[in-house]
Amino acid sequence: MTLIDTLQASLKTVVSYRIRSLLIILAMALGVAAVIVLTALGDGARRYVIKQFSSIGTNLLVVLPGRAETSGAFLGSVLGQTPRDLTLKDAQLLGRLPQVRRYAPLNVGAAELSAANRLREVTVLGSTANLIPIRHMKLAQGGFLTQGSERGAQIVLGAKIAQEFFPRSQVVGQRVRLGDSRFLVSGVLASQGESMGFNTDEIVIIPIDYAQAMFNTTSLFRILVEANSPGEIESAKKAILETLRQSHDGEEDSTVITQDAILSTFDRILNALTLAVAGIAAISLIVAGILVMNVMLVAVSQRTSEIGLLKAIGATSTDIRRLFFAEAVWLSLVGALLGFVLGQFGSLLLRLAYPQLPAWAPAWASIAGIVVALVTGILASMLPASKAARLDAVQALGKK
Amino acid sequence: MIRLIDVTRTFHMGDQAVYALNNINLQIAAGEYVSIMGPSGSGKSTLLNLIGLLDKPDSGLYELDDKAITDLSETEQARIRREKIGFVFQSFHLIPRLTAAENIELPLILSGMPSAQRQQRVANALQAFELSARAHHRPAELSGGQRQRVAIARATIMQPSVILADEPTGNLDHQIGAEVMLLLENLHHSGTTLIVVTHDRELGARAHRQIGMRDGKILTDQHDTD
Repeated sequence: MTLIDTLQASLKTVVSYRIRSLLIILAMALGVAAVIVLTALGDGARRYVIKQFSSIGTNLLVVLPGRAETSGAFLGSVLGQTPRDLTLKDAQLLGRLPQVRRYAPLNVGAAELSAANRLREVTVLGSTANLIPIRHMKLAQGGFLTQGSERGAQIVLGAKIAQEFFPRSQVVGQRVRLGDSRFLVSGVLASQGESMGFNTDEIVIIPIDYAQAMFNTTSLFRILVEANSPGEIESAKKAILETLRQSHDGEEDSTVITQDAILSTFDRILNALTLAVAGIAAISLIVAGILVMNVMLVAVSQRTSEIGLLKAIGATSTDIRRLFFAEAVWLSLVGALLGFVLGQFGSLLLRLAYPQLPAWAPAWASIAGIVVALVTGILASMLPASKAARLDAVQALGKK
Repeated sequence: MIRLIDVTRTFHMGDQAVYALNNINLQIAAGEYVSIMGPSGSGKSTLLNLIGLLDKPDSGLYELDDKAITDLSETEQARIRREKIGFVFQSFHLIPRLTAAENIELPLILSGMPSAQRQQRVANALQAFELSARAHHRPAELSGGQRQRVAIARATIMQPSVILADEPTGNLDHQIGAEVMLLLENLHHSGTTLIVVTHDRELGARAHRQIGMRDGKILTDQHDTD
């Protein structure tokens, strides 16, 4: 029996047992679709998080006071010392490092903003002009501490705040009161929405000196540093730690987090998560495989007399094994392909429902889904096929 | 030419051995018309299955066309069944989801014949058995006589040298059965060996050689003199 005849004959059988075939194909398809949609979801979440993280800056290093990792009883804890604060002087020292393109010291606080007979509490960022490019913020209007006005009492309003306070008038040039000080609005941030749980539309930015005065502090919350290139991130990190150690009398009391490290950590975690959900979905494929085996076993006993007849008219055991095998392959193949289409459609629906989520199933997931479906289908058909092939012709013919 | 020498076939019913065939010696020449008769359990069906290579003897020798069959591989035996032997069963054994034409085509497909050639052969067979009008009907849509004609067409499509018929008229009424027998006898007239198993004496008497069996043994072996 030629291969093409075998495939044709088994396809004919699949088609003639319409409902049975449809149900198996559906089970297979749902398994494959589950793998595809769930990995699309997982990978979409991964890409979403990565994108959010990338959007906060490029080649970014964040310096924070204190050491995150301490081993054993470090001296400070014994002597009751607290870590040294980061100061503007530290920030300036970092700015001189060759690996650093620019830096922005950062203070964060809350204050009451009042203008035009309105009053509300806002989050205040105190920083320098470099904050805007380092954090990839965009100004819709005006500027911030532009050259020639570095020491001015300027304020940049978030898009939503500007809208709330000055819904109809020109914003830039307005005077506002923040806490006890008066500021001149020099710019408005472009609306960016939420980024890493931090809504830049509802903040104001003022010069660092004013912020430190307002919050009565000389220490910095963070120093944001942008390295020249991705290749220099590691050496910049080392240089920053060394500079701060020297500046702090040899005490290693600062922590540097690189954006890269966070990115790759999230990447790893979310990849693992994607794999896990794909694995869970793959279980449904195994279940579908068992279903194929069950249905093929039933088919063998249903068609026992038919198998006997085929043997009587000269089919070899191999012919019969191949016929049942091909039948299972058809079921799995059509199921897998249908599942692929369903999965892609499901991912499309996800993307339509959540436009921010790039829910595209990775190619490996689609391929793995289809391959696992085929392999389980094929493995599951082996036992029934060989059972059919081994049937005794005389007894098989005697069965009704 | 069929030759059985000291052929024994035993079945086990629980711990009891039952001789389906007990030391059978039989020779059937090419082109003979033989009927095998006997009550049920006499071993006549086992004998037919053995001749048709569906069953193997526990001991003894089976030669078909001077070739020992017993030691051939499963694949070889399948090939001989395909090429030299045609089966006709009491219950027709048509595949219900295939049309008449497709049922007739089956042995050709198994032999690996190209499709174009197959269609030609099937068309000829349909015509020869007056089934052309029913070619695309499934067995359920055919009468008993038509079904058996499809089965005979399938058994003969490979032009076998031996036709083995197990109660070919058992499921047919008298007149249709007679027509089917005529068809089979026509095949015999064109040179095919015809072996019919039946417990119908009238039917058995039509054969030129009548073998009577009981308890796995050949009791009588009569040749008509004509």
